[in-house]
Amino acid sequence: MFFETVKLAWRAISRNLLRSFLTVLGVVIGVAAVIAMVTVGNGTTAQVQAELSRLGTNTLFVRPGQWGPGRAGTEAKRFEYGDIAAIRDQVSGLRAVAPVNRGSATVIAGGENRTSSVIGTTNDYLIGQDWDLASGRSFLPGEERGQAACIIGETVRRELFGAVDPVGQPIRVSNIACPIVGLLEAKGQSGMGDDQDDTVIMPLKLHQRRIGGTTTISSIILSAQDGVSTAKVQSDVESLLRERRRIGIGREDDFAVADMSQMAAAMTGTTTLLTGLLGAVAAVSLLVGGIGIMNIMLVSVTERTREIGIRLAIGALEKQVLTQFLVEAVMLSVFGGVAGILTGLALAYGVVGLLNVPFVTSPTIILVAFAFSAAIGVVFGYFPARRAAQMSPIDALRHE
Amino acid sequence: MKDHAFIELRGVSKSYGRGEATIRALDQVDLSISAGEFVAIMGPSGSGKSTAMNIIGGLDIPSSGDYLVQGIATATFTRAQLTLLRRHMLGFVFQGFNLLSRTSAVENVELPLVYRGVPARERRLLAQRALEQVGLKGRERHTTQELSGGQQQRVAIARAIVTDPAVLLADEPTGNLDTTTSREIMDLISQLNRERGITVIMVTHEEDIAAYGKRLLRFVDGRLASDEIQAREAGDVLRDR
Repeated sequence: MFFETVKLAWRAISRNLLRSFLTVLGVVIGVAAVIAMVTVGNGTTAQVQAELSRLGTNTLFVRPGQWGPGRAGTEAKRFEYGDIAAIRDQVSGLRAVAPVNRGSATVIAGGENRTSSVIGTTNDYLIGQDWDLASGRSFLPGEERGQAACIIGETVRRELFGAVDPVGQPIRVSNIACPIVGLLEAKGQSGMGDDQDDTVIMPLKLHQRRIGGTTTISSIILSAQDGVSTAKVQSDVESLLRERRRIGIGREDDFAVADMSQMAAAMTGTTTLLTGLLGAVAAVSLLVGGIGIMNIMLVSVTERTREIGIRLAIGALEKQVLTQFLVEAVMLSVFGGVAGILTGLALAYGVVGLLNVPFVTSPTIILVAFAFSAAIGVVFGYFPARRAAQMSPIDALRHE
Repeated sequence: MKDHAFIELRGVSKSYGRGEATIRALDQVDLSISAGEFVAIMGPSGSGKSTAMNIIGGLDIPSSGDYLVQGIATATFTRAQLTLLRRHMLGFVFQGFNLLSRTSAVENVELPLVYRGVPARERRLLAQRALEQVGLKGRERHTTQELSGGQQQRVAIARAIVTDPAVLLADEPTGNLDTTTSREIMDLISQLNRERGITVIMVTHEEDIAAYGKRLLRFVDGRLASDEIQAREAGDVLRDR
């Protein structure tokens, strides 16, 4: 009997193939949006997490202002050399304390030029990031005090020097003539999707004077020694900085110290917000899709009034007619759901390729999407099906 | 069962609408039909003959009075129980054939068996046998649109008898057919009544079609105006008036 019902439903749907297709389009789009979104989101999250775990769990980031969206520390006081020295002297268990100022500038070598990210820091940065040199050397003490010297990333080398060994070559960063002393090992994309190798590293003092036009420090990267608790380091740094920045008891920090897991939480936090928003859009689309199914089922019931009359007259029970139309609606929406899942996965596959993040499918969300589309069929198919089932056979048979 | 009339209407009235607009389609009709009878019902349109048919067919319920099948009152029947009555006791043939379009003859005939939950293989066999009985062997695969009016009505008759019903209800079965075809269809219905003992209740407005019945009821203004035995050999038919 159930097999009969499914066969009947399929026949009714396939008789109006174009109409059926247009009917489920809403569900297809809704489900595809959810699937694509979640799959791409999963990929990005996986990428971020892989990136963060590669950086190591013993790294801490210090920056002015508080963590969180829209709270970049623009108003908060930046750090000074004294802060770096104090951390280095007073906090134990640290492997590297690297002040970091970031900017971007036009980098010129030979006839070529490009805009790259320019980091002003000390040798500690390379230690903290476990970033080895492919060739050349790190900064000499004189250079750390402000002499011109640059270490370039792989992308900069490839774009500006091609086959030529860059070490020892001159390079212009903004308007600074800067001899290249080292070449960094290729590192690839960061969790945020930008190219970490498109970087020029120069001594902080040089960066401050010639690029940033400042004497302050915008962030500090700390690296704890193996076996040292980052939580301990974190609280030590916090109390030291509170003291140095003269923050009274009971007042909020005007800086933030975060480890990798906190960074990850902050990043996934933004992703969650985005997912929520897109999820709402998808929900609306599914609702509209459901209404579309209900609408076409009502039309179908009206069109087939006579057929319903015949079925009722020759012995179909109300619930048998109800089931027939309900199965038809569910079949429609499930087709839509499956088409949506496939479209969504295909879409995600393409986007993931463009973003260069891994393709991580989630069986859970696929199952949920499937169940949800079936549920849409039940919910929005019930009313039309009930209308069919409750027809008076006499009136239905008289219907022209 | 001999004690009871097979089908019985006791003081059945049916009105439609409310207040001023009330139409009394049936007015205190008493009627009793025995198993194996061939009853023709005539009457002008609006006389209540179709309403009586619908009530007997369990498609409509009386406003007052009792409709009994094999002595069982149906007044308290739910919609589902009425459906089961139709499913197990009655076969319908309509003026407009009422076959499912774009569906093959054999599938149309199978339909009542589907709702009875008969397995596919047995269903097909029974449907083919029924089609053979109505003279449509070899046309099982034809869809409704590929069959003539007479053939469509034969399919409808096969659909009505495939469940082996006790009663065949025919509402103007020849209304859409020409004279020759009408005669063929009526011969078929008579044959089913004679050979298989199916009780036939038929509504018509043509005298020559009504003449096939062994008993003739005439409705006028919602009342049973006359009830006569037409054929001499119908001695087993009880006259209740």
